[in-house]
Amino acid sequence: MAEYNMHILVCGGTGCKASQSELIKTNFTDKLNEYGLTDEIQVILTGCFGFCEKGPIVKILPDNTFYTQVTPEDVAEIVDEHLIKGRKVERLLFIDPETKETVGDSKGMDFYKKQIRIALRNCGFINPENIEEYIGRDGYAALGTCLSEKSPEEVIKMIKDSGLRGRGGGGFPTGLKWELTRKSVSNQKYVVCNADEGDPGAFMDRSILEGDPHSVLEAMAICGYCIGADNGLVYIRAEYPLAIERLKIAINQAREYGLLGDDILGTGFNFDVEIRYGAGAFVCGEETALIHSMEGKRGEPTVKPPFPAEKGYNGKPTNVNNVETFANIPVIINKGAEWFASIGTEKSKGTKVFALAGKINNVGLIEVPMGITLREIIYDIGGGIKDGREFKAVQTGGPSGGCLTKSFLDTPIDYDNLVAAGSMMGSGGMIVLDDSDCMVAIAKFYLEFTLDESCGKCTPCRIGNKRLHEILEKITGGNGELEDLNRLRMLSNVIKDTSLCGLGQTSPNPVLSTLDNFYDEYLAHVTTHKCLAGQCKALMHYSIDAERCTGCTLCFRNCPVGAISGEKRSPHYIDQSLCIKCGVCAAKCKFDAVLIA
Amino acid sequence: MEMINLTIDHKPVVVRQGTTILKAASSIGIDIPTLCYMKLDDMNIENKPGGCRVCVVEVKGRRNLAPACCTEATEGMEINTHSIRAINARRTVVELILSDHPADCLICAKSGNCDLQNMANHLGIRKIHYQGEQSSYREDTSPAIIREINKCIMCRRCETMCNDVQTVGVLSAVNRGFQAVVAPAFEMNLDHSVCTYCGQCVAVCPTGALTEADETGAVIRALSDPTKTVIVQTAPAVRAALGEEFGMPAGTLVTGKMVAALRRLGFDYVFDTDFAADLTILEEGTELLSRLSAFMEGDPNVKLPILTSCCPAWVKFFEHHFPELKDIPSTARSPQQMFGSIAKTYFADKIGVKRENLVVVSIMPCLAKKYESSRPEFSVNGNPDVDFALSTRELAHLINLGNVDFNSLPNDEFDQPLGESTGAAVIFGTTGGVIEAAVRTAYEVFTGKPLPRVDFEELRGMDGLRKATIDFNGTPINIGIAHGLGNARKLLEDIQAGNSEFHAIEIMSCPGGCIGGGGQPYHHGDAEILKKRQRAIYSEDKNKTIRKSHENPYITKLYEEFLGAPMSEKAHHLLHTKYFDRS
Repeated sequence: MAEYNMHILVCGGTGCKASQSELIKTNFTDKLNEYGLTDEIQVILTGCFGFCEKGPIVKILPDNTFYTQVTPEDVAEIVDEHLIKGRKVERLLFIDPETKETVGDSKGMDFYKKQIRIALRNCGFINPENIEEYIGRDGYAALGTCLSEKSPEEVIKMIKDSGLRGRGGGGFPTGLKWELTRKSVSNQKYVVCNADEGDPGAFMDRSILEGDPHSVLEAMAICGYCIGADNGLVYIRAEYPLAIERLKIAINQAREYGLLGDDILGTGFNFDVEIRYGAGAFVCGEETALIHSMEGKRGEPTVKPPFPAEKGYNGKPTNVNNVETFANIPVIINKGAEWFASIGTEKSKGTKVFALAGKINNVGLIEVPMGITLREIIYDIGGGIKDGREFKAVQTGGPSGGCLTKSFLDTPIDYDNLVAAGSMMGSGGMIVLDDSDCMVAIAKFYLEFTLDESCGKCTPCRIGNKRLHEILEKITGGNGELEDLNRLRMLSNVIKDTSLCGLGQTSPNPVLSTLDNFYDEYLAHVTTHKCLAGQCKALMHYSIDAERCTGCTLCFRNCPVGAISGEKRSPHYIDQSLCIKCGVCAAKCKFDAVLIA
Repeated sequence: MEMINLTIDHKPVVVRQGTTILKAASSIGIDIPTLCYMKLDDMNIENKPGGCRVCVVEVKGRRNLAPACCTEATEGMEINTHSIRAINARRTVVELILSDHPADCLICAKSGNCDLQNMANHLGIRKIHYQGEQSSYREDTSPAIIREINKCIMCRRCETMCNDVQTVGVLSAVNRGFQAVVAPAFEMNLDHSVCTYCGQCVAVCPTGALTEADETGAVIRALSDPTKTVIVQTAPAVRAALGEEFGMPAGTLVTGKMVAALRRLGFDYVFDTDFAADLTILEEGTELLSRLSAFMEGDPNVKLPILTSCCPAWVKFFEHHFPELKDIPSTARSPQQMFGSIAKTYFADKIGVKRENLVVVSIMPCLAKKYESSRPEFSVNGNPDVDFALSTRELAHLINLGNVDFNSLPNDEFDQPLGESTGAAVIFGTTGGVIEAAVRTAYEVFTGKPLPRVDFEELRGMDGLRKATIDFNGTPINIGIAHGLGNARKLLEDIQAGNSEFHAIEIMSCPGGCIGGGGQPYHHGDAEILKKRQRAIYSEDKNKTIRKSHENPYITKLYEEFLGAPMSEKAHHLLHTKYFDRS
């Protein structure tokens, strides 16, 4: 990058691309051509910056100017004002929601202040379609070090010492996994990268592959060297076209540079990577199901043991790691196990990428050190709850996880604390809920997801989750009984206890965790038949206050089912047997005469 | 092999490493209930998807319950198979299955024979605590098999049989979650698929999801029609299994009682498919010898090995999967069809009954026989040679409807002329039997010498693939035997590749041959039952005075009076067939 005076980084993540960031880049290029500045100013389409809430993002280097919500029409102004005249375009700068002041430099943004970017180190900095830019930021140095200076055992020891644990959900120690696969004796072994990211709202792995695909390829080659495999496979959802495209480009470039293929860096080590597409089944993120899917079989899990480390793809020892886990590896090699282990808590080292979503001001992708508190994530990085509402809970771990309430706001986040709190790390989805969210409905939402994504192989997951969902429907539909709460818990416990794979074993977690933490809400649903958050329509009751009603007939004329009757200029009345609780009357009434209970 | 120590329900047990908890428990008399699990011992057939979760047990120190059928015992394990936690989980799992299962046990075809019903009873389920939506799939009917898929519990046994054992690949899991079910690809109907109707899916289905197409009603109507003469033929494997339906131990031969029962039911003539089996040997044996001689004389147009063609599922299998080999199997029709053809010509003439008024019913251990009898080439002007093919189970049902107390029946004899048979015909009912019967005749015809011994032990057994070389007075004849279509596939692939060493091969679709047919009394995963039926078949052979097909006097008479000689033009017309490319 050195030859240019300035760099314009345009976010090319999926979110910003959907908001025309490619056109923004084209407009910059055209404008620079027009002014003859293409030799001085470089325009790059990068991976995700993380601050998706305010996308599309354009960042200008070297002064770190961070433009938000840029449109293609804004480009001319940025070039004319900022690049030519040196005046920042104030109206496109980020405004701090607390201080209401504009922040010109991204380093001054709370969103970035508490983040430590290891797995996302290159996302938003480099052009992911140019291997030279990756190499320029120490890319493939770790592979070179491993191949020329370290034995596989030494590398595995480093990974073990670093304390890195699997970022896909389970948190199994990565170095130990590599060691087990290395110890399996076979003429053929495989390295598999699990890119079947499927939690609702999660896009960590996609962003890494879109923004920094080489980091994953480099780590896979290092893993191959350690376990004795010359074949790597990336299992990726076919719904990730941009990630696939960039991965393909990266693989081809790495082959051209001799960093994949035969005799890598002249060391005699051979390793190549192929891509396998998943058809979008959540259960295929489970490693045995993933392997069956890659083999062309029905994507359903099998009982472990045997573990993939002994008997995996095509019956051969296979090491399966997730994208984010791999993305950490080159940095650990480059900076050392101690450096990595110095970040985080006693049993959870390093950082974790979270996809922050829900009722929070700064929706986006963040990478934070293990041990950070929920409060810091939600209020410092996330900028607090939307519309000034009250924080209620945060759901972590996706459909396998649980809800953390206010009482956990100051708990340091790591694998073990989350489990102790009744949730789990999962792959890193973090959905913030406020006081307008009904926790019974939230549990039902996650169960709907599990219901769709269960493979149907084992009874508790196939039928048990269906029954759980039906009980929740009954409760949110206003027909719940006290006994249903008992049934929910009993059935949840059996599903956890008897399901075949991780999907079923964790699927009742959202139910159990909301039952534990928000029992009063459940109780209100089944006893007084009230939804405290006002979300469950069937439990709402609309009536007209005769005192306030002027008889203007506006509600009568707008009711879609003719449930409202009354004479002009006299109070109206809602027939409860016809009311579908759509809320139109309340929205239309100019006199606040519609009462909702 | 390393031995490990563990305790199950506080009892110490020592087992080999690699033993499952289920097996370890059973070795000390602890019977953990299972539902999806199925193993046919010594036959290399095992279904253990770990899907139903009925066999879960509590293992000390383990986070969740362990499925006993597919969890290996490890050193020091402390297992409790009947803790409150395990019992509660087991009962809940069965309740969940029942909550998505039609509650029509009273009228279900599997009532009394249903593993799920037995399990619910075993666990004392008296209430289903979790009611809800039930699956609703359309029923699929075919000439042989009915799929009532609402009753599928995803045990995957049928899938194991169809894919792993038979390599037919019609049935597999489709859809996901609550909609997951076992079905042909794209949920097409069985009769549009490459299903061979071997019926092994039906034989292992624990519930009423897969059953035979029941034709007992049509047979009762024919029996009560005064204008019809109704005759019946019974296949060799039926007599070795029918008794099980009436509480007799497996392996009880009930030939005489079966004949008596059929007579009580009102059949005008009770004949034996074994007669037609002897006829098959003469036709097929002659064909073998003529192809063998031509081959040995160097005729380039003659292909070997010759393959048996008695099994209709096997015929449909090669028509779908190996159509380029359709010139290799013997052109001889199966005994069922030879019988039908002779009955509706030779016998109809003999008793002076018009073809249209003669109804031929066959009792078969097989479901594919239903399909076979419906093949158009086995009809004359729309009138089938065999009108109805009932399974062994359907016969038992018919006997019950006829108010016949089977156990107290006397032993009756078959009618003549189509009821006489030899020991060679009886052994058609087991794997290896057809080829042994053929060898008995072919040897004497080929060498012109009497057999030094009648029993060919080297052709018997239960191994899926067997081979033997028989010395035809100085000429070694290589014989191959396969039962189970997966084993047959291996031999066919060798033939395709030009690597086959055999002169003749016997193929039976069902594991064990016809004794393990899809129409037999349910074995519920107990391979011993098949072995006992096999022993019964060989004992019937041993007790026969005539044990070689060409010595059957009624067969000799049939050729003299009607057919002329084996492979004559008339024999060709009535007793041979051709095959079709169904790929």
